[in-house]
Amino acid sequence: MNGAEAIVKCLEKENVEVVFGYPGVAICPFYEAITKSDIKRVLIRTEQNAAHCASGFARISGKVGVCAVTSGPGATNLITGVATAYADSIPLVCITGQVNSELIGSDVFQEADITGAVESFVKYSYLVRDVNDIPRIIKEAFYIANSGRKGPVLIDIPFDIQNATASKFTYPEEVNMRTYKPTVSGNIVQIKKVIKEIQKAKRPIMCVGGGVHLSGAVEEIREFAKANQIPVVSTMMGIGVMKSEDPLYFGMVGNNGRPYANRALNESDLCLLIGARVADRAVNRPDVLTNNKVMIHIDVDPAEIGKNVGPTIPLVGDIKHIFNDINSKQKEDKDYDKDNEEWLETLGNYKINMTDRLQHADAKYVDPAYFITVLSENMDKDAIYVADVGQNQIWSCAYAKVQDGRFLTSGGMGTMGYSIPAGMGAKISSPDKQVIAVCGDGSFQMSMMELATMKQHGINIKIIVMCNHYLGMVREYQHNTYKDNYSMVELSGEPDLGKLSDAYGIDFFKVTADTNAEESIKKFLADDNAALMEVQVDPMYLVK
Amino acid sequence: MKRIYSVLVENRAGVLSKVAGLFSRRNFNIDSLVVGETNSSDISCMTIVSSGDERTIEQIEKQLNKKLDVIKVKTFEDNESISRELAIMKVKYNRENRRDIMENCEIMKAQIIDMSKNLMMIQICDTPERVSVFIDMLKSVSIVEIARTGTVALTKCNEV
Repeated sequence: MNGAEAIVKCLEKENVEVVFGYPGVAICPFYEAITKSDIKRVLIRTEQNAAHCASGFARISGKVGVCAVTSGPGATNLITGVATAYADSIPLVCITGQVNSELIGSDVFQEADITGAVESFVKYSYLVRDVNDIPRIIKEAFYIANSGRKGPVLIDIPFDIQNATASKFTYPEEVNMRTYKPTVSGNIVQIKKVIKEIQKAKRPIMCVGGGVHLSGAVEEIREFAKANQIPVVSTMMGIGVMKSEDPLYFGMVGNNGRPYANRALNESDLCLLIGARVADRAVNRPDVLTNNKVMIHIDVDPAEIGKNVGPTIPLVGDIKHIFNDINSKQKEDKDYDKDNEEWLETLGNYKINMTDRLQHADAKYVDPAYFITVLSENMDKDAIYVADVGQNQIWSCAYAKVQDGRFLTSGGMGTMGYSIPAGMGAKISSPDKQVIAVCGDGSFQMSMMELATMKQHGINIKIIVMCNHYLGMVREYQHNTYKDNYSMVELSGEPDLGKLSDAYGIDFFKVTADTNAEESIKKFLADDNAALMEVQVDPMYLVK
Repeated sequence: MKRIYSVLVENRAGVLSKVAGLFSRRNFNIDSLVVGETNSSDISCMTIVSSGDERTIEQIEKQLNKKLDVIKVKTFEDNESISRELAIMKVKYNRENRRDIMENCEIMKAQIIDMSKNLMMIQICDTPERVSVFIDMLKSVSIVEIARTGTVALTKCNEV
């Protein structure tokens, strides 16, 4: 058995279903060895999207997403995808080919110091120096990626190591690293304190983040919120933890969030911050957030606690474990009865008074709020909605309704072009589910090469392109900051999306005004094939 | 606030750059950094002196603990520990100032470790403050070259 075969064997042991990638000579031994395996291969069109595909796959399957690319430019192209996954704590194992071991450092053809380059975007990285280390390294990589605070792990494997003969193959049963022991259960003393504070609170609120999804704790959180009648707001990554229509849910916080969500957060006397980083877009003044309230910060990563907000009660551990503990402790207490009726009523009134009524744009354009609302109403209950980055992301966050499905987006890094490849990965994980990637005309053009991948591998996702012929988010910033002195934001020279879809053999739909939106959406969603819908949006439309 | 971190790490290629990279990436200061093998050959000890406000100091410790090559992080203040620095320097001397230099060395417990007709090499191993004082004292003579380590430190014996 050679190194490449050992890698494939390890991936089989980890029950890897699919590898996203792009070959080059330095990774060829691996792509040769994998032909003898049942592991599916998906050839993407640029390496960055291999990482995004793996990310979408990981987020829906709960498993580690795997991608494999070649050395040099293949590896460096991957970096944005790796950084995107890192920012959102998505578990990936990225395999890169490398030049022969003895040539490393001599700047030969397609050599790049990829482990050095990704250092600040990975949870860990390996440069394999001995073929017999492969089983241990891959076992560790999968464990590291998908435990504790999840994240990408990169394994750089020189060409000669892939071809070297392994003396014997034994896949380790377990990982033994003295430097890595993530905390799983929460400290019981802290948990008791938390329960006590919740009982005392008059205006409690939960702010949920992406950590809840990563921990697979959605059910536990919903159960807890319901039992305690605690209102819930979310960060962008926490959208979908609560069903959008749940009476306890009060929307996304932040400067692009719902005003009533921010108000609820500010007026609360106790805040349970759960699996959220409280980065600048969610809370632009974290210090103010902690004023006059009990702040309970629950996160699997101890370094997140106290990084942006100083909590009153820190609680480190896996969210699912912690809330299982809390829920069962509360159930033991038969007399426990939490009533926040007055507080919920106040928040309910804020919601009514602070919600903008839908306004129809003039007949020339489609109103994004109206469009996404109608789209949401017509989607399958368990549809996966993938939002890209830009104004379209803000519209999606505000108006998309999640029921039993998921809402995926690049929250931390804000990487344009994420939605199509991530949607493809999601679709491969759940082929029976409706997957809708919603992007703008800017972000679409950053990953439109993947239409070919969709076609080649029969990945029938639905793509919606909100066309306003501008990089809308930047245009809006220039409108507000530079008094309409627009620079580098006009997207002229756009392709005819109808002809483009035709060229790729993808069904095409177009909506030019609100009046024909619903009918087109219905047809578009009912289409069994891959389909693209162009939506004409007023170029001057502002988010705020 | 000054803080000393004694960090036990896996003695592997690339670990120093990962730890140093963490400091630059997160905008933490490094006042000094010293690395050396410990009594077990697979573990190195990095002594890092840094400064910052309370939150930064806590973050440095947490971020160091997060690194997968880091085995253990100990952090302590100056007064909880014994710290030493080593400096060696070449100075030019002549008949007039030779006696002065030697006297200064004697006062500060520095040693002359090499000598030629017009140069001498002096070694001092002491607390960072006293090393600085000694270097200041020699400012009146011309220092040709100087090599100075960062701080190494351990907590005081009674702390264990």
